Amino acid sequence: MNQPRTASTLSVALLIARKDLAIEYRTRSAFFASLVFSLLGVSIFYMVWDPTAVRPIDIAPGVLWTIFAFAGLLGLHRAFGLELQTRAMDGLLMAPVAREAIFLGKALSNLVYVTSVLAITIPAVVLFYNLEFGSGLLILGGIGVLAAIGLVSVGTLFSSMTVHTRFAELLLPMLALPFFIPVVVPAAQASAKLLVGGALSTVLPWIQLLVAFDIMFGVACVLVFPFTIED
Amino acid sequence: MTSPDPNRPPGATPVCETVDLVRRFGRRRAVNGVQLTIRAGECLALFGPNGAGKTTLLRLLAGLLRPTSGEVRLLGRPLRGGAVADRGRVGLISHQSMLYDVLTVRENIVFAARLHGLADVDGATDATLARLGLEGRALSPVRALSRGWQQRVSIARAIVHGPSLVLLDEPYTGLDVAGARALTALLLALREDGAALALVTHAVDEGLALATHAAVMLDGTIRRIAPTADVDAQLFAEEYRAMAMESVA
Repeated sequence: MNQPRTASTLSVALLIARKDLAIEYRTRSAFFASLVFSLLGVSIFYMVWDPTAVRPIDIAPGVLWTIFAFAGLLGLHRAFGLELQTRAMDGLLMAPVAREAIFLGKALSNLVYVTSVLAITIPAVVLFYNLEFGSGLLILGGIGVLAAIGLVSVGTLFSSMTVHTRFAELLLPMLALPFFIPVVVPAAQASAKLLVGGALSTVLPWIQLLVAFDIMFGVACVLVFPFTIED
Repeated sequence: MTSPDPNRPPGATPVCETVDLVRRFGRRRAVNGVQLTIRAGECLALFGPNGAGKTTLLRLLAGLLRPTSGEVRLLGRPLRGGAVADRGRVGLISHQSMLYDVLTVRENIVFAARLHGLADVDGATDATLARLGLEGRALSPVRALSRGWQQRVSIARAIVHGPSLVLLDEPYTGLDVAGARALTALLLALREDGAALALVTHAVDEGLALATHAAVMLDGTIRRIAPTADVDAQLFAEEYRAMAMESVA
């Protein structure tokens, strides 16, 4: 018997994420746009930087996380945009799956996309500003993943809210950027402490703050999401 | 408002029922007090001019729109606010393909089958592809197909999970004569399998050939509903055109 059964939230989330990543892999549209934006951003900041006035360890964290926030935004709109081209979203909404699973799937694919962009942007910033993170680079990577979780939670929610509007690409940054601040500030502070060779104990409070925002934003976005897609 | 058809055999299971269904957009009533019953094996063809409320009605039946008042019942249970599993008993073939055009035909159908939690995804996918004659194009990206073939894939996506209610919004649009015939044959087969069908179309001949019941919708209300066995196709077409012209005027 091939009787339908309600699939688990996790399996549906993975299914949707895998589908979105397959589409992104074949088109590579959002990833390359964000990557080019990131590298151009790092280059421009580098060219306007006066090394005699500002030390690299003072400017680099700000550059990294500012570019991270804007580059992330470039691709987040795509999460629900691709569902609207042929109204495939209706297929998702008519499926016997929890609405939360749709959000988690979209957020998961966005997380892979944002961390991939970050994985190239961090080394670019390190190279351009000749930074010496040493073993701190791994911790910086961890901070990047935590920051990406917060950014993606908020960005995915606002992407679903704005995708039906006429000025979606304008509205998304206007709505999402204020909510990125609590994510970007602790990430920038933690990476600044790492750059000056601060001990883990000095970085930890910022990481804890980042985790707290991730949990808060993550839970709130999962709970709010079903209301944003219901008629 | 229309009443359920008294000529129907009492034994057939009501798959879809609407009770005083109303949907407003602002002050406009797109659907106004619609009362319908579609039973297993029946096909309701819904005719009406643009703006009559047909697509809104179909989206209400699909659970994609919330009624302003009234209710849609699927197999006796409320569709909205009901069990999550009940949503999967409906299949929708819309104006748009609802497909991911970068993915292949097979990937689209497998995705729909997995989304509906089918136990044998590959078996259901293969059977559906064969039913629609899509085996030879299973590995083609959807965007590489013509409109007619995309429509077949769209139908395959909508029926792979064996829905009890199949909703079709202008399914004949863009199909050539052969494609239209193949679609009619497929929909008749679905009816014979016991699915209930609701079909919105401007194609009176195709609609009447397929349907067990025909209805005319104007200004959000169902003005006329009758079993197609009792309907003279030519007379019905003329009557429908007259109603549509009157509505436009």
